Amino acid sequence: MKWFISHDTLRSLFQETLEKDCGEKVSHCYQCGKCSAGCPISFQMDYLPNQIMRMVQLGMEDQVLSSRTIWLCASCLTCTVRCPREIDIAEIMDYLRRRAYKKQVIPLEETEIPLFNKIFLRNIELFGRLYEMGLIGMFNLLSGEFFKDFSCAPKMFLKRKIGIFPHRAKNIREIRDIFKRSGKLAHSKKDRLLHPKLLFLNLFRKFIGKIEKLK
Amino acid sequence: MRYAYFPGCSLHSTAKEYDLSTKAVAGTLGIELIEIPEWICCGATPAHITMHLLSLALPVKNLLLAKKMDSYEVATCCAACFNRLKVANHFMENDSVHRDKVNEIIGEQYSGEVKVRHFLDILINVFWLKNLSERIIKRLDNLKVACYYGCLLTRPGEVTQFDDVEEPHLMDDLMKILGVEPVDWPYKTECCGASFSLTKTDIVLKLSGDILQMAYDEGAQAIVVACPLCQSNLDLRQAMINKKFKKNFDMPILYFTQLVGLALGIDPLKLGLNKHIVNPLKLIKSVGVL
Ligand code: SF4
Ligand code: SF4
Repeated sequence: MKWFISHDTLRSLFQETLEKDCGEKVSHCYQCGKCSAGCPISFQMDYLPNQIMRMVQLGMEDQVLSSRTIWLCASCLTCTVRCPREIDIAEIMDYLRRRAYKKQVIPLEETEIPLFNKIFLRNIELFGRLYEMGLIGMFNLLSGEFFKDFSCAPKMFLKRKIGIFPHRAKNIREIRDIFKRSGKLAHSKKDRLLHPKLLFLNLFRKFIGKIEKLK
Repeated sequence: MRYAYFPGCSLHSTAKEYDLSTKAVAGTLGIELIEIPEWICCGATPAHITMHLLSLALPVKNLLLAKKMDSYEVATCCAACFNRLKVANHFMENDSVHRDKVNEIIGEQYSGEVKVRHFLDILINVFWLKNLSERIIKRLDNLKVACYYGCLLTRPGEVTQFDDVEEPHLMDDLMKILGVEPVDWPYKTECCGASFSLTKTDIVLKLSGDILQMAYDEGAQAIVVACPLCQSNLDLRQAMINKKFKKNFDMPILYFTQLVGLALGIDPLKLGLNKHIVNPLKLIKSVGVL
């Protein structure tokens, strides 16, 4: 049986909310596939970018928010500059990730990227500028990959490319205020920056993975 | 020519040589770059993925710091910072809803009056290539490079207003002036995996490996970049790429400022050419510059 997607099926509440919140007209997408053709990460995604657009049109919110695709998108903007319907697909990916954070949907497969983003932001909130050592150390610790990129470290130190101590910002108060007020205005609580549930899940999965390898 | 200079986090750590060479070139040409005091991180990709307002507020804070220096033009070298600053400006200029919210967060009034320029753009469109060509002491003939722009420098076109989004040519033009031959290759704006360097290293290795291979196949002896993230993915990760895909690339990844500096007769050490993981000095000697 052929199933035709009609004009009615394509008017989901999810699509309406998205269009209202981020101003991008997903309904304009006519599934040409140009976004997916140029996407450098498509080989790793579970749904291609154009499929995500269709899923939004059809209102498949749960599947979209728990997909790997939204986290794997590298924000390279290739799709955005190419879309013949002038849809900013990268912005939609951003919106979907922010929505996933807000709804606390934790993707089952891609836990590193959401974790990394939060550690990165926390780092800026603490130091004002990126403190690489802190970022790498914290990420390795919390993602359970303790010795990742260990081989690169000596080279970086020798070339004096990475500092041991963080920069001390004089205006750190102001910076923290910016973080606080941005969170308030966006109705996202600051303590969600590092969610224990996410951390636990991450470490647990790494642990299981290691045990399976040993077997 | 006087600019408020926004180096960004990378140029103070992993991309020190970009910072050094930019300052050296600017100094030689008489372009004044004054670092914005107490500048803060622009938030990069994690901010716009996580909190939209924060991703605008952080760059705006920096633009306001520049404004307080009485400087209405900011110069930056990092393609990612450039992109974030430009996007924030675009919102502050054209979107009153976001402008009001961001002004509330910062506690000051701003509506996009500080202009942002990439150093490449300053060299080409403010200093002018013709003036630059008159200052060249050593032409870098016999060198063949692939100009790699990466994804964020030119996109989105209406925001960055920088170069052609699909077929950029500013860096190629600059190289020709120096005597360097840019190869015609299809991966100018391909993505290197940028922000996934730590989280999804496998993806970065695959994407960066493809870029190296393409440059090599087109006969390039080095890749020239304008972004610290591209540089570190291609340079620092090159050994891992070689190991994983059983290749033996030995491709130096240079910043455009370093080549300009060499042509202006600046000492290679002042350009940070000793700071690369894949040593470029061999290649530079072989083309007879040193
Ligand atoms: S390029 Fe635009 S119109 Fe084409 S499938 Fe992608 S989002 Fe839809
Ligand atoms: S912005 Fe994301 S979805 Fe679009 S091409 Fe780049 S990686 Fe793919």
